[in-house]
Amino acid sequence: MQTLPRRLGVAVIVAVIVVLASIKLDAFRDYQIAEIAVEVTAVAGLTLLTGLSGQISLGNGAFMAIGGYTAALLLMHLNWPFVAVLVLAAAVAAASGGVVGAAAARLRGPYLAGATLMLGVALPSLAYAYPGLLGGDQGLNVAFTTPGFLGATFPLTRWQAWVSAAVALITLVLLANLYYSRIGRNWRAVRDDEVAAALDGVNVAAARILAFVVSAACAGLAGALLAIVTGLVAPGAFTITLSIALLTAAAIGGLGSLPGALWGSLVIVLVPTYVTDVATSNGLSSSVGSNIPVAAYGVVLILVMLVFPQGIQGGLRRILALFTGPDPKTQKPVRPRTDKEGIS
Amino acid sequence: MTRPIRLRWQAAAIMTVAALTVAACSSSSSSGSTPASGSSTGALTASAPGITSTQILIGSHQPLTGPAAPGYDEIAPASAAYFSYVNAHGGVYGRKIVYKYINDGYDPTTTASVVRQLVLQDNVYALFDGLGTPTHLAAVQFLNSEKVPDVFVASGCECWNEPTTYPETFGWQIDYVREGKILGQYVKQHFAGKKVGFFYQDDEFGLDGVKGLDDEIPASMIASKQSYVDTNVNIAPQVAALRASGAQVIVSFSIPAFTALLKLNTLKLGFSPTLVVSNVGSDPITLSGLLESFAKQGGATVNGNALTNGMITDEYLPALSTSDSWYVLLKKVHDQYDPKAPLDGNVFYGMAVAYTFVQAMLKAGRNPTRASLLSAIEAGLPQGPMVSQFAYAAGNHAGATGAYIGIINNGVVTQQGPVLVTDTSASGAITTYTGTEQQAPASGIPSP
Repeated sequence: MQTLPRRLGVAVIVAVIVVLASIKLDAFRDYQIAEIAVEVTAVAGLTLLTGLSGQISLGNGAFMAIGGYTAALLLMHLNWPFVAVLVLAAAVAAASGGVVGAAAARLRGPYLAGATLMLGVALPSLAYAYPGLLGGDQGLNVAFTTPGFLGATFPLTRWQAWVSAAVALITLVLLANLYYSRIGRNWRAVRDDEVAAALDGVNVAAARILAFVVSAACAGLAGALLAIVTGLVAPGAFTITLSIALLTAAAIGGLGSLPGALWGSLVIVLVPTYVTDVATSNGLSSSVGSNIPVAAYGVVLILVMLVFPQGIQGGLRRILALFTGPDPKTQKPVRPRTDKEGIS
Repeated sequence: MTRPIRLRWQAAAIMTVAALTVAACSSSSSSGSTPASGSSTGALTASAPGITSTQILIGSHQPLTGPAAPGYDEIAPASAAYFSYVNAHGGVYGRKIVYKYINDGYDPTTTASVVRQLVLQDNVYALFDGLGTPTHLAAVQFLNSEKVPDVFVASGCECWNEPTTYPETFGWQIDYVREGKILGQYVKQHFAGKKVGFFYQDDEFGLDGVKGLDDEIPASMIASKQSYVDTNVNIAPQVAALRASGAQVIVSFSIPAFTALLKLNTLKLGFSPTLVVSNVGSDPITLSGLLESFAKQGGATVNGNALTNGMITDEYLPALSTSDSWYVLLKKVHDQYDPKAPLDGNVFYGMAVAYTFVQAMLKAGRNPTRASLLSAIEAGLPQGPMVSQFAYAAGNHAGATGAYIGIINNGVVTQQGPVLVTDTSASGAITTYTGTEQQAPASGIPSP
């Protein structure tokens, strides 16, 4: 299908745009680009897990914590090169994803949601149990600097934006290949009908576990990126709110859609900042203004679900179909089925 | 089969361009600044980032929502009220102070983000009164690497007094180690032979306090040490452990919400130890409100003021009494600029720290730079509303050095004994403060 060169082409174009934008924009926008890239990396893995393999996870924030703490400890104690740190953070998170996936493969619907929710709540609390190693509530500071060849005056936030965007794009290209490969087809087959998939020779349990491994690896990468972008890993960064925000971003963007992961991340990162700015510049009292971002978040979620039940990407596809004629893809629901055992 | 895929990716690329263009258009361009010498007369210049000929822009991160919001969310509006008062009375050398504080929900990751927004996007001159120990620790490295003055952190962590590592950072309130020592000495003297339990927040705040307490209270008196994390409101196990240890006195280094929870949990167990609560968690008006609202959520009715009666605490600002000149000034500003907030210790705190900032800015010169603010503070500041002197010096970025013991009675803190001063070392003596309290200036504005 010659899709790999095309995907690489798109990735390179986006990379060039990010580089140009990061030079043009001010340092805080660079920081936001980095934040968005972190979010995209985590949401892309989750959207495949939930949208493609039909398994819900309310605990991907915990995998981010694993990646973040792994990266922080490696950078602090062993001073590893950054790329190696990222790879190992993803590997450690993937391994824990395998363990969780093995348990998850036996669970369905609300039981799976409950088990992953527990993971998301409990795991970051380990930091309190081992304050000596993990820094307790305070967390660990992560030192991350620009490499020497860029010169002393190169802004750190721009470098963070580049690194994060590069990781996010590489992740997206790899996930896109998985999406259209045999593995992706197996996931969809398992999602739509386990019995039929098994009859066709798909190893259902292996497919489900692999989906967890992939999404945990992405979350681990995102956690490592978050550590270097904010310069801190602390349990307060990986609360259950984060796990739910990831799922919200996946749902807003369109479950199972990789471009949707980008739309969802843009909404999650930019809407609260934008709304806060509007609220403060309109002179709302701080008790009202500080609660408005939370309300706006809810309103956006409700609106998207009402107007575009298949997320922003599903909505865009529908709008595009108006111009290019009916697209066979839109006839089929993109979201996982919701009968019997689908996610609720 | 390939067409929709291509369309999707093209759409993705186009939308990315669109999104980034929107971001580019909405971003504010940062204005360059030219350094200028601070002459005593002459024109007002844009002498530093965030300073123009008409205004001084400062920023802060504050917990306006989340576990630390009750009580602490009054602090920044109170500071803003004092700045409004100063602005209405000529400002600082004619410049108006613009105070932009952003909610971080007491979450360190959000703090990291909002502080970058303030510094990189809004280009603030200084970060003022950033609130919270775990939160501000997420910002302190960044602020120092960007060389942004990080003045009067709203936390008593000893970690702000590290001039070699963090030359830009200054504490303001008394640090928790000194507080722990002063409270510990009182406990040792007044509860000899009784069993003492500790209840503290599991971070630098609580641990610094415990360090000070341990310097004074003999280990033989200590029955149990229990900690909590601010994200978990179920502290029943800790309170049960304190009760089981037979503690008759509980010393608590807690934020207001957790002081209230501690009190309610002891009531539930029919356990009535004497509570000794460090300053940040003991404002009686805040506590009374919290006790009543928490009890209401649990379906009970309590009288908040009755429950705080007899609580022992320490204070580094004067008592809220009409005979105090600072209270009179505070009330005047409060009634005009912040009348909706209750007139409590948090509001007093917010105005007092704003007063100290105005004092420092006046000393920093007519056309201040970031460096001139630091040297102005390092040269020492008058104590202003504080009951003791500041420790500020070239090698010392700690704030207030002393406090007095107070007992809460009917919602008011009554001073017990003299103002005590000490240092942060284990062997440093606790002595009676020999200086005198300053009177509030008639104009309400410090003199340079």
